[in-house]
Amino acid sequence: MTGKLNFSLVAPEREIFAGQVDQVDAPGVEGDFGVLPGHAPFMTTLREGVITIYEGNARRRFDVKGGFADVNGEGLTILAEEASEITA
Amino acid sequence: MASLKEMRNRIGSVKSTQKITKALNMVAAAKLKRSQEQAENARPYAQRMASVIANLAAGVQGADAPRLLAGTGEDQRHLIVVATADKGLAGGFSSNVIKAARERINSLIANGKDVKIIAVGRKSRDQLVRLYGDKLVRTFELSEHKTVGLHSAQPIAELIAEMFESGQTDVVQLFYSQFKSVIQQVPTGAQLVPAVIEDAQATESATALYEYEPSEEEILETLLPRNLTTQILAALLENQAGFFGSQMAAMDNATRNAGDLINALTLQYNRKRQAQITTELIEIIAGAEAI
Repeated sequence: MTGKLNFSLVAPEREIFAGQVDQVDAPGVEGDFGVLPGHAPFMTTLREGVITIYEGNARRRFDVKGGFADVNGEGLTILAEEASEITA
Repeated sequence: MASLKEMRNRIGSVKSTQKITKALNMVAAAKLKRSQEQAENARPYAQRMASVIANLAAGVQGADAPRLLAGTGEDQRHLIVVATADKGLAGGFSSNVIKAARERINSLIANGKDVKIIAVGRKSRDQLVRLYGDKLVRTFELSEHKTVGLHSAQPIAELIAEMFESGQTDVVQLFYSQFKSVIQQVPTGAQLVPAVIEDAQATESATALYEYEPSEEEILETLLPRNLTTQILAALLENQAGFFGSQMAAMDNATRNAGDLINALTLQYNRKRQAQITTELIEIIAGAEAI
């Protein structure tokens, strides 16, 4: 539980987010899940929903329409079908 | 021999042609930059997708492997997707892709295989209809949308998946133009189905104990069609960048040729004008001497 989580959010057209974060919440097909640094290897498909990125006190939220998440030793990668930041 | 007025008109018309080719050259250069960026931006997704699938495929082998990955085990019915541009004025861009595809199609036919064709882009349809009209399944036009994006690749991928699932085809190949540099585009044939897995991409993490949600097979089932779309999108984006590169080079050539022609014509025109003035002077002098 030390350090930060390497996270990248990639859409087919471009890379939307890449960087070090504290926590990521994502909507898996079998339920929402959160990923912290040092998470065990894990793979799931995503349903439509919201991804939340926690970075210190800041939060960023992204709308995704389905996709795929891959957690491995190097960090978390989300391949989103479509993604856009929620600005509110 | 053309009169002076005719020559003036000729020079004028070459000049306006040059203006057009020059403008098209600049437009292509601007669009090239954008589509190159687009192609580069799309690369991370395709790469991650490929490595994820490679990891998954390493775990799922044998009889339970999805058919999009393993194939039908047959090699009789081939589907060839030929992707070119919608527009011309780009040198041999579309023709080169079609030539490569044609070689492949002819060799398949010669070997007694069944061939079906999907044409992407108006240029590809125009040429393929003439040669293989009975084998053409469907054509897609890219200019239905303003930009090439997921919405262009999706319907193509869906049709391919549908044809594969319904047993109309065993092997799917995609022909497009690989973007090497602005002046070099290489016509390439890539196999889409069964999916080609590069062993080198299966990293060590493949051996790590993964937790899957839902099962590995189910993830692969959803991922493989998506990978199809991604590969087609990548090819379309490369095609687009290549098209503008090729168009830029072709228009640059045309502009230069027009310049050369204008110089040659102007020289001819000036000579002729000078000759006429000289003749007139001789006439006047001869007339004056006669008095």
